[in-house]
Amino acid sequence: MKPPAFSYHRPHTVAETLELLATLEDAKLLAGGQSLMPMMNFRYVMPANVIDINRIADLAGIEERGDALAIGAMTRQRDLELSPVVQRCCPLLHEALLNVGHVQTRNRGTIGGSLAHLDPAAELPAVLHAHDATLHLRGRRGDRAVAMAEWSQGFMTPNLAPDELLAAITIPLWPTGHGYGFAEFTRRHGDFAMAGTAALLALDAQGKVERVALAVTGVDTGPVRLSDAEAMLLGKAPEDALIAAAAETAAISVPGLDDVHGSKEYRRKLAAVMTKRALLAARARARSEEAAHG
Amino acid sequence: MSWVGSRVKRVEDPALLKGEGRFVDDIHLPGMLLAAVVRSPFAHARIAGIDASAALAIPGVHAVVTHADLPEAFRQPLPLLVPNPAIRYPVMQHVLAKDAVHFVGEAIALVLADDRYIAEDGVDLVVVDYEPLPAASDFRKAAAAGAPAAHAGRADNIAAEFAVGYGEADQAFARAAHIFKEELFQHRGAAHPMECRAMLAHQDTLTGTLTIWANTQAPHQLRDVYCRMTGAADDRVRVIAPNTGGGFGSKVQTYPEHIATAAAALLTKLPVKYIEDRREHFLSTHQERDQLWTVEIAVDGDGKVLGVRGSLMHDSGAYLPWGVITPFISATTMPGPYVIPAYRMKVTCVFTNKVATTPVRGAGRPQAAFAMERLMDRVARELGLDPAEVRRRNYVPADRMPYAVGLTFRDGSPVVYDSGDYPACQQLALDRAGYDGFRAEQASVRAEGRYLGIGIGSYIEGTGLGPFEGATVQVTPGGQILARVGSSDQGQGHRTMFAQIVADRLGVGPDKVTVTVGDSGGVAYGIGTFASRVAVNAGSSAHVAAGKVREKAIKIASHLLEAAEEDLDLGDGRVFVKGVPAVGKTLGEIAAFANGMPGFSMPAGITVGLEDTSYFTPQRSTYANGCHVAVVEVDVETGGVKILRYVTAHDCGTIINTMMVEGQVAGGVVHGIGNALFEWMRYDDDGQPLTVNFGEYLLPLATETPCIEQAHMQTPTPLNPLGVKGAGEGGTIPAAAAIAGAIDDALRPFGVKITQVPVTPEYLLDLIHKKS
Repeated sequence: MKPPAFSYHRPHTVAETLELLATLEDAKLLAGGQSLMPMMNFRYVMPANVIDINRIADLAGIEERGDALAIGAMTRQRDLELSPVVQRCCPLLHEALLNVGHVQTRNRGTIGGSLAHLDPAAELPAVLHAHDATLHLRGRRGDRAVAMAEWSQGFMTPNLAPDELLAAITIPLWPTGHGYGFAEFTRRHGDFAMAGTAALLALDAQGKVERVALAVTGVDTGPVRLSDAEAMLLGKAPEDALIAAAAETAAISVPGLDDVHGSKEYRRKLAAVMTKRALLAARARARSEEAAHG
Repeated sequence: MSWVGSRVKRVEDPALLKGEGRFVDDIHLPGMLLAAVVRSPFAHARIAGIDASAALAIPGVHAVVTHADLPEAFRQPLPLLVPNPAIRYPVMQHVLAKDAVHFVGEAIALVLADDRYIAEDGVDLVVVDYEPLPAASDFRKAAAAGAPAAHAGRADNIAAEFAVGYGEADQAFARAAHIFKEELFQHRGAAHPMECRAMLAHQDTLTGTLTIWANTQAPHQLRDVYCRMTGAADDRVRVIAPNTGGGFGSKVQTYPEHIATAAAALLTKLPVKYIEDRREHFLSTHQERDQLWTVEIAVDGDGKVLGVRGSLMHDSGAYLPWGVITPFISATTMPGPYVIPAYRMKVTCVFTNKVATTPVRGAGRPQAAFAMERLMDRVARELGLDPAEVRRRNYVPADRMPYAVGLTFRDGSPVVYDSGDYPACQQLALDRAGYDGFRAEQASVRAEGRYLGIGIGSYIEGTGLGPFEGATVQVTPGGQILARVGSSDQGQGHRTMFAQIVADRLGVGPDKVTVTVGDSGGVAYGIGTFASRVAVNAGSSAHVAAGKVREKAIKIASHLLEAAEEDLDLGDGRVFVKGVPAVGKTLGEIAAFANGMPGFSMPAGITVGLEDTSYFTPQRSTYANGCHVAVVEVDVETGGVKILRYVTAHDCGTIINTMMVEGQVAGGVVHGIGNALFEWMRYDDDGQPLTVNFGEYLLPLATETPCIEQAHMQTPTPLNPLGVKGAGEGGTIPAAAAIAGAIDDALRPFGVKITQVPVTPEYLLDLIHKKS
């Protein structure tokens, strides 16, 4: 479990990074290293060049910009988790982060690293998918903005060219007092989700669903939006039976994944249960906000 | 006061906490080469050829050692150390694979390089020409006629068959009011100590002595195996076990890699170090793995057991390095703490193309406890009795101690439970758990849609197996008190324990005793750290040796002080005249006298040196016992299980150090939780391992571990002078049984019955859905 020899590069600016990405063969970006380093030690990946982007100052940060949250790709997961701004305006992200690995891995792990690695059972891609986030890529050939819906191109394959750098993420914020819930099932705390659902919910004055977003992780190559379930809920009062019925669609609208921890059939069942739980949590929060302000 | 029984802080910890421990990988010798191992990617294959030329061309690679490159003496299989007449094919692994490989991970060649990185580059470039053969993977299929042979040329895969038992089991079943049968699939995982295997071999060119530093649980055995294979003299080979990061059974065996590393050091005339990585540990360090139990219990109308019978199939893996010990212990532990009037168990050991199985903490006993306790729960369920009550009706009562079960244990001696009060121990656990009040809590939370359950696991454990362990206690003229013990420590705190024992005998504090463990050069003979045997064997030896030193100190002081021995006492490092403490001699002064003066004869009756070496030889195993109670909550929508409470009551005889016993029990329980819910070494039908990292193979984490609430009983055994019984494995043994019982109890509305461990959430959800 030792990597073969590789060249190590440590740029200090984005421009320098893009230059290296454009000129080096077979290069990998090193962000928090929580996935890349083990994979290199296992010799699952053997890049000729490793570009360490930890010294680039302007790639990290959390900033509220009107009705969006801008997050630098190199922002540590732990910094996001502890950020009062995130807790206030994007509480779903905060809640989900508590399930991302462990404190020790979150201290190093970055939001951009998680998105670029794109483990099919990662929590953050689902949260960003529910939030309709936009990913901002930089490249010598030009900059691009990619909607989260277009990010996953297959198993651990983000919509990111070898010469591009994921620089920032913007998250459109939901109105103050929206309901949210994150529920996942893992064999142990901190493991990748066997199924997990991120839910956002806004109720109108009559208590009916004005807006809803549901994204599931752990059941497909990338995060999946449950558009059927969203459609079922929209405009209706989110009573228990409706939530249960909407959640059940998760079991049929995701393919599931097979591995030593469980079959795809089991994961599909879990997806329904986690969707129900995330929705129930979101509803309780949305209603308590309504009660507080109504 | 007595140091034995005190909560003495571990003398090991300051260095370990400061990062000043010395593990094998901390030892760096000049010119040292690092080894990496070429391992088979196939479960079963012939080796048609090996081409190492590309690896040898890498700068920094010094040598590639294959079977053919080994000196003659190393071109043989390792010896079978624990033979048994039941073994049909005593197949053992070669030091390096000769012409075939029989499991994924079998060692084929050593690449020796300047560092491990280069060595691994070399491994990738060694070209082995494999001719793959059909593999025996699942032991249930492998046992059937016509299954692919795990070893080409063998007619079948049955490694050994035997039966144990006593009484007339069939007659008992014929007159039983009720007979209940279970088929139980049990998986026990690997030991997974924090530190993987590590070894460093170096032959000193001046003395010719070969020194092997290895994190072994049995340094003398490693020395003996090496000498037996090579014909080397014992005193030319020294094995030292420095600080070691856990063993749990996996480091007992002498492995092919140990011998290969030593051979590489001889061939290159350079120190050679091999540090196993975790992936290799998954592939090539012994595990316990699978057992299939088909068992029946016969009871009368009151739930009193009349007999138990059945069969046990055991996955041996590809080789038999420890013979049939594990299933033998399983079969002879099955009767447990109960009066079982008749018992018969047929055992079949099956070769598969997987790494060998040898004991892991508990050593076959957790499976036996699981089988017996599942039967007890079944009886309770069928007869409408409380599970605690069924056990109570069947425990061996305290007034029948010592209790001869009727079986012969693995050491050839009769299974005799020497002491203990099993019903009282159960009551202690039940009281601590609030067993009687649980039903009300269970009912109230069930009204909220939550499913809580409580389960019981009782066990006995034959501990302190012989034949012996040695200890030398010596006082130097400078007044230092030294204790040298042959058995090695893997983090248990043995040095603290021995210091406490010696301190009591010599009237000093434990801080005045310097203990060395795990050096074959320190004590001539040794067996090893396993079978919860070190406190019993080595502890007793230290006690006896220190006692002899005490007697001798008093005898010499009597000569020096011209006082009768009975008028002398020993305390605070001095022998003094009773009532006149100012008149005395320090132990150092006495040692100086015992070491003699040049040219002066020793006084009559006084032998040289203030020291003694003792090898305590227990007559037979001493039986520890205990009862665990688990409270779990089951999520009936996911199959997830959360352990809410875990209570242990146990009796390991005299407790030497309560803190260390509590650590042992807690750690043991965590192993048991892994066994019950998480750990599963999986293979596909071709014998390819599917769980080779800690993301695939799950150990319990702190977040899955409740506080382990412990109660202690102390019934000293008459079988050794300290009255101690082993404490290292009891925490593990009944854990899966207690947790399974608790899950069943939680899911009574669904009629769920656990017949497999580990209980994965998918398995459990399937049971819930099938029954609901």
